[in-house]
Amino acid sequence: MDLKEKLVSSFLAFENRVDVDAYAHNLRSDAIKIFEEKGFPSKKEEAWKYTSLNSILKEDYSVFPKQENALEYSQVKQYFIHDIDSYKIIFIDGKYSSHLSQTTHDGIDVCLMSAALNKPKYQLVIENYFNKAAGKDSLTSLNTAFSCEGAYIHIPKNKIVEKPIQILHFSTGNESATMLQPRNLVVVGENSHVQIIERHQSLTDNPVLTNSVTEIFANKRAIVDYYKIQNDKENASLIDNTFIKQKRESLASVHTFAFGGKLTRNNLNFYQNGERIDSTLKGITIIGNKQHVDHNTLVHHIEPNCESHQDYKGIFADRSTGVFNGKVVVEKEAQKTNAFQANNNILISDKASINTKPQLEIFADDVKCSHGCTIGQLDENAMFYMRSRGIPEKEARALLMFAFSNNVLESVKIPELKQRITKIIANKLGVNIGFDL
Amino acid sequence: MLKINNLHASVEGKSILKGINLEVKPGEVHAIMGPNGSGKSTLASVVAGREDYEVTEGNIIFEGEDIEELAAEERAHKGVFLSFQYPIEIPGVSVTNFMKTAINESRKARGLEEMPAKDMLKLIREKSELLEIDRKFLSRSINEGFSGGEKKRNEIFQMAMLEPKLAILDETDSGLDIDALRIVANGVNKLKSKDNAVVVITHYQRLLDYIVPDFVHVLHNGKIVKSGTKELAHELEAKGYDWIKEEVGA
Repeated sequence: MDLKEKLVSSFLAFENRVDVDAYAHNLRSDAIKIFEEKGFPSKKEEAWKYTSLNSILKEDYSVFPKQENALEYSQVKQYFIHDIDSYKIIFIDGKYSSHLSQTTHDGIDVCLMSAALNKPKYQLVIENYFNKAAGKDSLTSLNTAFSCEGAYIHIPKNKIVEKPIQILHFSTGNESATMLQPRNLVVVGENSHVQIIERHQSLTDNPVLTNSVTEIFANKRAIVDYYKIQNDKENASLIDNTFIKQKRESLASVHTFAFGGKLTRNNLNFYQNGERIDSTLKGITIIGNKQHVDHNTLVHHIEPNCESHQDYKGIFADRSTGVFNGKVVVEKEAQKTNAFQANNNILISDKASINTKPQLEIFADDVKCSHGCTIGQLDENAMFYMRSRGIPEKEARALLMFAFSNNVLESVKIPELKQRITKIIANKLGVNIGFDL
Repeated sequence: MLKINNLHASVEGKSILKGINLEVKPGEVHAIMGPNGSGKSTLASVVAGREDYEVTEGNIIFEGEDIEELAAEERAHKGVFLSFQYPIEIPGVSVTNFMKTAINESRKARGLEEMPAKDMLKLIREKSELLEIDRKFLSRSINEGFSGGEKKRNEIFQMAMLEPKLAILDETDSGLDIDALRIVANGVNKLKSKDNAVVVITHYQRLLDYIVPDFVHVLHNGKIVKSGTKELAHELEAKGYDWIKEEVGA
């Protein structure tokens, strides 16, 4: 039985296990039909031309993972940004871990999707927002069909949430391959501000496939800063589907730090429903071995006077492969749009490759849209310059690569997070130097 | 300190240095002059360890050791410094961080601890004052958007920070106005001691009014064709290089 059949035939059993809420039930039933009809995407589809899921779909995943291990904080502390005071929503093999988490209902809701889907007090928010931004593509539908757990964050209007919120998904599956389908919902009210850090981390050498969906709603003048840390084990793959709906004058940013697992696909979609909206999409990708990272972005400019800024840097070693497919749609009504997109890449091996494709669909006539992509190697003159000052080859290379990606890091607003990412990068580049540029 | 014996070097199969002999002792200032394309910058790059040049014959002895097999950074750790004719812009790396990394890597190579941040700041302040460099300058990306004069001053600032035994200044005077030239020369002169040496590569005699050489060598077609004292530089300035070419050709 292949994975698709297995998932479809497991659906009834799944629905019997969760409390069947009428609202979500209908959505799930519709979604499984879409998935059944479409199946997993193949390279024949334009959006999947450079990313094949074949190698990860052939595993015999357990689709209802058991929680095999309770984890102690000390075992997983390294995956937290632990030097800051934060809310934490932690899952182990898809199940909520109350003793690792720190949730709240004090003025804001930072808690669980399972609770939100089932308790009457959340019903209104769920009916207004749940599955309202998510797309109808097959992978998102698959997630919707099995949606039952994840982070639920609701910030009412006029709240500045001082503490960042960390969402961590651990997988421990010691006995078998595991498939996880977390579902997160973030609703940020008028004038409110929230910072969220998300990480998926495998603790096992067994294969893990995560098909995650996150819906984010930024209401009027809300500010949402979302950070994704992807630095997983070499047998862990992630398909991240994130949908962000913005209302007027809101600011939303997503930083994606993709240091790889086996295969990572980021489907990041912004929809601007209002004027004077600002959307920022930034990413640093540093991978090696046979890792694969694919950034597939969409910014949909629907109304006038909005901006979007995309800046993705990639460094590819060994036989790693990268994809950047950035689509910007500017509707006819969206005059005075400023849309910028840049994708710069360095290949440090002859065997590494990157496919980069900007896609602009502009129907308005008074707009500023730019895109640029570059693929290059490290500047040998700069290398000699640094080495002639006593900086060894490896360190010089690392410093150049860090400098190359640094402007993406500069916009990270949480200093401890910035430091952590810096450390991960140094580690990834195999050097022990301070990049305090 | 430096002894170059019958050095032949080529780049991409093209022979550029064709038998250079040069000896530099501690405390000395040597000037290497010569027309464009005579091999001056190649000589500087080969001594500093640039990899795209191939040494085909001869050797370079620094402090009694053949350094031909050493990487550029290893030569730097031993005390060789090259002030670039065209300093490289490195966007995203500040002058301060570049120097910190360079100094600490050199210290590491010598088995020393990293320099404490406080000492580093003090050193940077001291040396930037010597070269009359504005503090704001130090947090900018190295050489990015610097004027020609700023780049050269920055090179000598780096030299002051690293305190090399042998400094090779490749066309340090090009692109400098008279004030910048004076600042740069003053910096070099203050760094001079009986234990270190300077090799000044220049097309013109101008810089040698400020950094006075003990010896002047004329490089032509990959060879040192004439050596003398500082008077030779004046002669070259007055008469140009053609008479040398004729003399050699004859």
